[in-house]
Amino acid sequence: MGKTLSEKILSEKSGADVRAGDIVIAQVDLAFAQDTTGPLTVRQCKEVKHGRLANPQRTAIFLDHAIPSPNQQLSNDHQFLRRFAEETGCQIFEGGSGICHQLVAEKFANPGDIIVGADSHTVTAGGLGAFATGMGSSDIAVVFALGKTWFRVPETFKITINGKFQKWVGAKDLVLHLIGVLGADGATYKALEFDGNAVASMTISQRLTVANMAVEAGAKVGIFPSDNMTRRYLASQGRSSKYQALRPDADAEYERAIALDASELEPMVAMPHAVNNVTPVKMLAGTKIDQVFIGTCTNGRLEDLAAAAAILKSKKRNQRVRLIVAPASQQVLSKAMRIGYIQILVAAGAMILPPGCAACLGVHQGVLGDNEVCLSTANRNFKGRMGNPEASIYLASPATAAASALTGEITDPREVK
Amino acid sequence: MMPETVLRGRAFKFGDNISTDHIIPGKYAHLRSDLPELAKHVMEDADPTFANQVKPGDFIVAGKNFGLGSSREHAALVIKMAGVSAILAKSVARIFFRNAINQGLPVLICDTDKISAGDEIEVNLTASTVSDLTNGVKLTFGKIPKVMLDILSEGGLIPYITKHGDFKL
Repeated sequence: MGKTLSEKILSEKSGADVRAGDIVIAQVDLAFAQDTTGPLTVRQCKEVKHGRLANPQRTAIFLDHAIPSPNQQLSNDHQFLRRFAEETGCQIFEGGSGICHQLVAEKFANPGDIIVGADSHTVTAGGLGAFATGMGSSDIAVVFALGKTWFRVPETFKITINGKFQKWVGAKDLVLHLIGVLGADGATYKALEFDGNAVASMTISQRLTVANMAVEAGAKVGIFPSDNMTRRYLASQGRSSKYQALRPDADAEYERAIALDASELEPMVAMPHAVNNVTPVKMLAGTKIDQVFIGTCTNGRLEDLAAAAAILKSKKRNQRVRLIVAPASQQVLSKAMRIGYIQILVAAGAMILPPGCAACLGVHQGVLGDNEVCLSTANRNFKGRMGNPEASIYLASPATAAASALTGEITDPREVK
Repeated sequence: MMPETVLRGRAFKFGDNISTDHIIPGKYAHLRSDLPELAKHVMEDADPTFANQVKPGDFIVAGKNFGLGSSREHAALVIKMAGVSAILAKSVARIFFRNAINQGLPVLICDTDKISAGDEIEVNLTASTVSDLTNGVKLTFGKIPKVMLDILSEGGLIPYITKHGDFKL
């Protein structure tokens, strides 16, 4: 019997022939923490082997969740993390470099890698064929010290997507629909493995969006096979030599198979306060909003800003709506300026924030007021997520977000003239 | 620091899909290096009265998918700091499960519908039983993988690794 992508990668990295259900110890290619999970990770790491790192070049700290720092306590946390990086020689990415998951895609993730991070959206790197998953600070501290960790080899759901997306329908709509099908815990402990002719034509940016939200159905990883799209992306980031072809075996065993037709999908929204509470945008047409947030590790990439700019070009946001845009990385911001997306968004009335997590998790830069409604391109809409349990969050694609910024109410991007 | 074999306390009931944002919201990120202050906000967005009412030994008794969302281990940590002796749930999200065990906090999967708020609960970790002393219901909880039991019996992952130097499967 053949192997799934997860079984192949975990066999390779554990040096054993492993199957779903086995518990293995595997070598890790990259372990990281960010500024809100990092301080606990570092304190725990200092208790294990006195904070000596197994491999400083494969250990990274990202300052992204609270940058520029909004207060004294977080500034002190940042200092603590910078000192740790100086002491240990691990890699550190200063505030403004970008969101950890975007930087992992740009600088580290390769097909067949195992990547673990003290952040649940570490799954994002599955878009490049990495077995990538989030863990807590203690687990990551031990990987910092030992270079390895234990995994239960997950059973896999095969998600086959064929057909062609309609205009203004894409990766975000697909993954919101899928989470609606699976439920918020429908894939708990499982791997989601994607395939099909719609997947083959998806860009890496789109694959990262889908993989990013695998965790919202409870999954351990959301993983794509590697192909020419992967090869070209790695080349564009200066990592041609890291490409390897990685596909599941034709006779691999799957716990469940789900087939979706991309051409039948339409713009989707997740309603408050659960990511699986999804409905087509048209069902919510006319819902008033106070804030639009375009950015995050889900939808802050160049293609996302391009979609927003295409809709907002030579137009103005509705005057009642605040429009916040945070590019996912410095690379994304630089390219978006060079092409002119940023200029279009600013002319449309957007506030441009530095590359980072920004308003996503309620720390700063866009905290909602009581009874306010935000339409966000992020991945979570839990009660209190954006800093106020009395506020409501809807999740949608950058195209839907931009269309809604124009009207001040939830709007299907296909309706924009 | 092996957890007590028999745990006793009252049940604090919660529904399905209690996220880490309910347990400890991101807006308190600035308190994560000041744990006593952070712990005052435990479960705040699910039940603002919980922090003042919970007593050492009590249980969180939840529905399905407890602890979904962020990887913040502070969620498990502040529950442990509140004195909660174990979490009983129909199911639990993956990262939270590892985090709780890594903090030495037992997570027991059982049919929590049979337990009401305020019931007196007794858990026997070696016999894998949950007894509701108020209504007389007896439940068994699901098996925990050996590697997690070993970590739990050392009081968490850091004490486990400090003692053994490596993982022992």
